[in-house]
Order: sequence, then structure tokens, then C-alpha cells
Amino acid sequence: MPAQFLLNLFIAFLWTTLQDEDELKMTTFFSGFIVGIFIIFLMHRFFGTQFYLRRLLSIIKLLFIFISELAQSSLLISKQILNPHWDLKPGIFTYKTELKGDWEITTLAMLLTLTPGSVVMEVNPEGDMFYIHAMDIEQSKADVMRSITKFEKAIMEVTR
Amino acid sequence: MSISQMIEFVAVVVIFLGSVMSVISAFGIIRLPDVYTRSHAATKSSTVAVLLSLSGAFIYFWVSEDFISVRLILGILFVFLTAPVSGHLLTRAAYRSKVKLTENSSDDALKEVLFPEDK
Repeated sequence: MPAQFLLNLFIAFLWTTLQDEDELKMTTFFSGFIVGIFIIFLMHRFFGTQFYLRRLLSIIKLLFIFISELAQSSLLISKQILNPHWDLKPGIFTYKTELKGDWEITTLAMLLTLTPGSVVMEVNPEGDMFYIHAMDIEQSKADVMRSITKFEKAIMEVTR
Repeated sequence: MSISQMIEFVAVVVIFLGSVMSVISAFGIIRLPDVYTRSHAATKSSTVAVLLSLSGAFIYFWVSEDFISVRLILGILFVFLTAPVSGHLLTRAAYRSKVKLTENSSDDALKEVLFPEDK
């Protein structure tokens, strides 16, 4: 992976020199760097290693998933709050996660707390069982499960 | 109407949406029956409210005064970091000090783990 970064720097350097400007400009170097990212993204499978910005890409992907889930959940919550006949059934259910390590579990718990109909209440000491409070356990449990698996996949892409 | 005026209008709409969301979440905190459901309103809706109003302010300053405010972005970041943690800790503390769930709650998977003697 450092080889890819060096190659990218080299492409940027070539780009700046081949532009043949009167002075050395940082902006030209940066545009060369971006062109280099493109080239390496197209060629990285020939190196036999993973793309070195893959982690960055998956962080951006996680961010987008998170924003869309947050928008959905706030809509859902405001609908539930403004509903004049409040007859939901709240409850607590468990979820066993496959994620390991402090970072992954903390991230998942934070994302879950901010997304559809769920607040993480407790994580067991081993750190693999979540106790989640859901606003409407019958209706929204399926939704919550769906978004949990989505998040889990995205987090795994970032950390592994 | 020039472009910058239009973008300013968008920023105003975003700030307005943020304030509507914060009113809704305040309603939720008053209206919902117990601590746990209230924490839903407190963590989600108010985070969205703060996010919307801060980003509206960010867009406004960016367009009208050409000023990119890093502090607003930091504010958004820290609200995102702290709101879920505080929500989690509040519900956790409430459950441990035996605050009851509302009456029509259906499922309680935590009880047998934390208070096995109460059965």
C-alpha cells in the first residue's frame, strides 16, 4: 500500500512538471494528485493489493448510509410523536453482534442510538450483546434489524 | 433573483426545518409516557434539529459573507459525538435505578439479566 501512495505522489509530481508553468503551484500538484488517485483506482487490481484509499471510500459510504438512516428515523419519530392516538408498544430486545473490538462496538452503538426507533440501553461485559429499546417493537423491529445489518456491513468494510 | 439569494433562501428553509424539528422533539419530551421513549425524542429529533440549524447557518455565512466557519462544523461533529452517549447513559442509569417501563410495553429482555431476583 505505501507503494501505491508513492506512485500517486510520483504521478502528481510528473503532472506538475509536465504542465510547464512559470512557477511551482500547489494547486497544480493537488490536481495531479487527484488524477493520480483516478489512475491508481483504475489500475490497482494489477498490483495484486487493495486500493489504498479503500478505507476512505468506505468511510464516506458509511457516512451516506448514516445520513439517510438519520433522516428516515427523524421523520418516523416525529410522526410517532405527533400521532394523536399513541398506542405503540415499546420494548427491549437483544441483538448479538459479530463486531469485535472497542472501536467497532462503540461506533455501532452510537449509530444505532441515532437511527430508526432504537436506543441502545446496555452492552453486556463481553461486548457482543446489545440490549436495544425500540419505540414500537412489533412494527419497527424488522426495520431496526435491517439497518443494524446494513451498519454492521459498512463498519466491517471500514475496519477490516 | 440571483444565485446567492437563492442559496440564502435554501439556508433559511433549512434553519426553519431545524426549528420545526426542535419544537417536535420538545413536544415529544413532554408527551411520551416514560423515560425510555422520551430518550428517543431527545436523542434523535433534537440531534437532527441542531444539525439542520447549524448547517443552515453554515450555508448562510458561506454564501452571504464568504466565510467558511469551521466552528459550526465542529459544533455539528461534537453534537453527533455526545448526543448518543448521553442518551445511552441516561437510559442505562434509569433502568438501573428501576424506573418502570410504560404500561403497554410488551417485551423486556433486560430484566432477567440485571434483576434476576425480581421474577
